[in-house]
Amino acid sequence: MAAHNLKHALFCAIVTLIISYPILGFNLASEGIDVTLEGAKTSTVLGVLLAALIVFLFQLYRDNIMGSLRQLPAVNPLANRKPMEQSKRLKLESTLLTLMIIGALIWPFIASRGAVDLATLVLIYIMLALGLNVVVGLAGLLDLGYVAFYAVGAYSFALLSQYFGISFWFALPIGALLAALFGLVLGFPVLRLRGDYLAIVTLGFGEIIRILLNNMTSLTGGPNGIGGIPDPTLFGMEFGRRVKEEGNTSFHETFGIAYSGEHKVIFLYLIALVLAVITAIAIRRLMRMPVGRAWEALREDEIAAKSLGLSRTAVKLSAFTIGAFFAGFAGTVFASKQGFISPESFVFLESAIILAIVVLGGMGSQMGVILAAIAVTILPELAREFSEYRMAIFGAAMVLMMVWRPQGLMPMRRIHIELKRQE
Amino acid sequence: MLVLEDVHTHYGKIEALHGVSVEVKKGEIVSLIGANGAGKTTLLMTVCGNPQATSGRVILQGRDITRDMTSNIMRSGIAIVPEGRRVFSGLTVEENLHMGGFFNTKSEIRKSQEHVYELFPRLKEREHQRAGTMSGGEQQMLAIGRALMSRPNMIILDEPSLGLAPLVIKQIFEIIGKLREEGITVFLVEQNAHQALNLADRGYVLETGRIRLHDTGKNLLANPDVQNAYLGG
Repeated sequence: MAAHNLKHALFCAIVTLIISYPILGFNLASEGIDVTLEGAKTSTVLGVLLAALIVFLFQLYRDNIMGSLRQLPAVNPLANRKPMEQSKRLKLESTLLTLMIIGALIWPFIASRGAVDLATLVLIYIMLALGLNVVVGLAGLLDLGYVAFYAVGAYSFALLSQYFGISFWFALPIGALLAALFGLVLGFPVLRLRGDYLAIVTLGFGEIIRILLNNMTSLTGGPNGIGGIPDPTLFGMEFGRRVKEEGNTSFHETFGIAYSGEHKVIFLYLIALVLAVITAIAIRRLMRMPVGRAWEALREDEIAAKSLGLSRTAVKLSAFTIGAFFAGFAGTVFASKQGFISPESFVFLESAIILAIVVLGGMGSQMGVILAAIAVTILPELAREFSEYRMAIFGAAMVLMMVWRPQGLMPMRRIHIELKRQE
Repeated sequence: MLVLEDVHTHYGKIEALHGVSVEVKKGEIVSLIGANGAGKTTLLMTVCGNPQATSGRVILQGRDITRDMTSNIMRSGIAIVPEGRRVFSGLTVEENLHMGGFFNTKSEIRKSQEHVYELFPRLKEREHQRAGTMSGGEQQMLAIGRALMSRPNMIILDEPSLGLAPLVIKQIFEIIGKLREEGITVFLVEQNAHQALNLADRGYVLETGRIRLHDTGKNLLANPDVQNAYLGG
């Protein structure tokens, strides 16, 4: 073993210790009103030492281990498969999509209330991710403040209902349009920016919106948030036990069925489902329209796009506006689902998670983004037992993903149409 | 077709073009040759309005475009093949071509697409391939094809032979000759002076931001100064 390897292995082991010991090796315990620091259990300390030892041994014999691993026959049976033919792939994709939609329609009637609620959240994230996919995946504009538009949607519904008593169905387009307007407004100053600079400015924008909401206490209630956001109604039918607004009837009385809190949850889920499907279809159409191609062209090569007479202003603004529009959609649904919103729900972490969904799913790919949205929302729920380590697991999953499949779960594939030959 | 009158262009405070006058007449091939840093690309970019000329006038088809926006200029019957090809590498050949005809109707696009495939049968073979996976020569063909998609009256080529094999360069110049036969005016900017002047009706020699010589292509080829400076003696 070369001295170089030994040095490297020692270094790695020490780094492991430095990182893990302070995190795992101490506990904060409260004794009465005092908080004291105590050492963790011996087993944890031993575990940390063992981990450091494993890292040390692995790094020491890394060349041998990796060498013998490489000699193993290909473990991945999919490694050498040929790409599927386009016609076959499209068929498979549409079958899968139909199955998914049918499954999603049946879901609320077979699953528990909690599961339906979670599914609604998944759908909200799907809408958000599809919207951000336009900005990041297609137009290639790294937007770290996307959550701001989500917040605009949510708050516009909350405020409109609080001050003007506007119902969900009116607030939905208003919220989306307001968010789109904010997208347009943000679009102007960032037109000249690209890459890192754009990311920083959008990040700042996201924070500005959140801090504004936090501090305009007289209007938004500040950190206390806004509560009592009404549920959506079905043609004037309310889902509560008692009718809140005059002139409305209640759902269970109209249909003569017993009241159940589940009706509301299922109804919200179905609304979210319909909106998510609309979002997916609308963006799919846009992608195939000239404007979609213009987004991609601008992402690929700005100078070339300009040389063809495309206006950078129009293309970038349209991407920002449309992305923001769907975030506004999602925000309105979110406000209605929660019944209560506060700036806490629109922190940077949300932007990061939505961005992570887009990257994990494969930039520009709708199927990939939808799958990633499901995975990213559900996995933390499944891993509730490890709630302390949730973010650590999430981070590890991201790193592994980027090592093994940097193009995302289902990278975007070009769909092409065969022109009929003239003969 | 295209007239530049005493054009000065600045990058910040530095003047890159010191009063350049160039004329390209309808149906001509005009070559602009010059060494690295002479201002060839700047001149083209000034025509496209990015950066705009600080003084002087740029007139395209009788209209003053000196202060027009780039996107408007590029939609008024002129097309440019930018230096270094700049195809959309993630898009397929066909999609690249469609981008070229962005402001045309579908039937026009189909017609120009057929036409481009006639000029470059190679592109037809590669129709559904990602542009970035093609060879340099094929990408250059695609870049020219893309520029032709908008059915321009005039096409500007910025160093179409850059980084290509001699055989491919020959093909590209043949195609440029064909464009003239179709009635498209060609403004060619090249370092490859010999071929560019051979093909051109007229030529300009640009040196450090000024037009040094202006003559027919044949005369420039025979000019001892040009031979010394650009044709390797």
